[in-house]
Amino acid sequence: MVNKIVPGLRDALAGIHDGATIMIGGFGNAGMPRELIDGLIDQGATDLTIVNNNAGNGDTGLAALLAARRVKKIICSFPRQADSHVFDGLYRSGELQLELTPQGNLAERIRAAGAGVGAFFSPTGYGTLLAEGKETRLINGKNYVLEYPIHADFALIKALKADRWGNLVYRKAARNFGPIMAMAAKCTIAQVDQVVELGELDPEVIVSPGIFVQRIVQVNGVLA
Amino acid sequence: MKRFTRDEIASRVARDIPEGSYVNLGIGLPTLVANHLDPAREVFLHSENGILGMGPAPAKGQEDEDLINAGKQPVTLLTGGAYFHHADSFSMMRGGHLDICVLGAFQVSKQGDLANWHTGAPDAIPAVGGAMDLAIGAKRVFVMMEHQTKSGESKIVEHCTYPLTGMACVSRIYTDLAVIDITAAGLVVLEMAEGLTIPELEKITGVPLSAA
Repeated sequence: MVNKIVPGLRDALAGIHDGATIMIGGFGNAGMPRELIDGLIDQGATDLTIVNNNAGNGDTGLAALLAARRVKKIICSFPRQADSHVFDGLYRSGELQLELTPQGNLAERIRAAGAGVGAFFSPTGYGTLLAEGKETRLINGKNYVLEYPIHADFALIKALKADRWGNLVYRKAARNFGPIMAMAAKCTIAQVDQVVELGELDPEVIVSPGIFVQRIVQVNGVLA
Repeated sequence: MKRFTRDEIASRVARDIPEGSYVNLGIGLPTLVANHLDPAREVFLHSENGILGMGPAPAKGQEDEDLINAGKQPVTLLTGGAYFHHADSFSMMRGGHLDICVLGAFQVSKQGDLANWHTGAPDAIPAVGGAMDLAIGAKRVFVMMEHQTKSGESKIVEHCTYPLTGMACVSRIYTDLAVIDITAAGLVVLEMAEGLTIPELEKITGVPLSAA
């Protein structure tokens, strides 16, 4: 019998090695897998490359992981925010590398990794600082920039419900990066509010089919 | 001369958005446009984080952490709205499916180059978000901005001196002084603040303008 449900955060995060590339879902707080991030801080892996849209807010979640000096590099689109003081300090002191990517290119690079695409030409960023040094091509009269996929060893994502085969549905705009990060990582770990029996998720509405998900952990979410 | 207020600019933009349009309103000044859309006309608001049919802010106490806009403010979903993941959301932009996006700007050049993500200051922490994808993706890109900087320099320029967000991507500029189309034949003034003439506006702007 296949059962991807693991009993707790420690099992969910087992095997994350120093130097790993880890995608973390979420857009701001929506879809951010808080418990998994806290678990990762306890787990102790360091020298990490993190892929996220942002670079942490306030002092919790991703910001706490950064503050614990576990991250060497972050790949994101929007690090600077009113409450990104942890990132700001580490970046200014040179302790954290930043790869800044336009948000749509970030999403498509993640999707491309999951889809087995070797590289793709994107019109976004052509003629800007963020395309400097990159290969470009004129295709049918329009200029494009060559972008490469972002692969990851692990993805930490948050969903609403899962079954033991790893099928997922999300909640509202918390879906954001979850489905594409699940595709792009060798091992996707999803924290969910609810585990349901096989067959309870309508096959017509499953967003991430279980093939993209390796481990499920239920956390005590409070939801109506 | 009577400058347009921020609400007057937003109201003018809203009037130029036809019913049935798929529209993205950028962070800052453009979000004001939502307050001026006629509720009797159906317009689909897109939010980059994965929402079509975005509604107004919720009543106090009804906020939902999982339902926010690109500026991470709480919003609602209209009946008939939809959620989708980030790659789909940006396909809607890059793939040319959005009819209009409305953006703020530091500078717009007379060719329609847009600079709105980075001041270029060496100590600034860069952050781009979806600005570059929006700039090149929508069928029409409207810019809403003050006509001049605080020190009185025109934000409509011959060539942008700030780092670019996108090249030749802006269709129309709405400012506190004028509404200006960017065309192959140059900048065309559609509307001006009361009491202003084309020569006066041209002097303030510093690039050639013509009347519609």
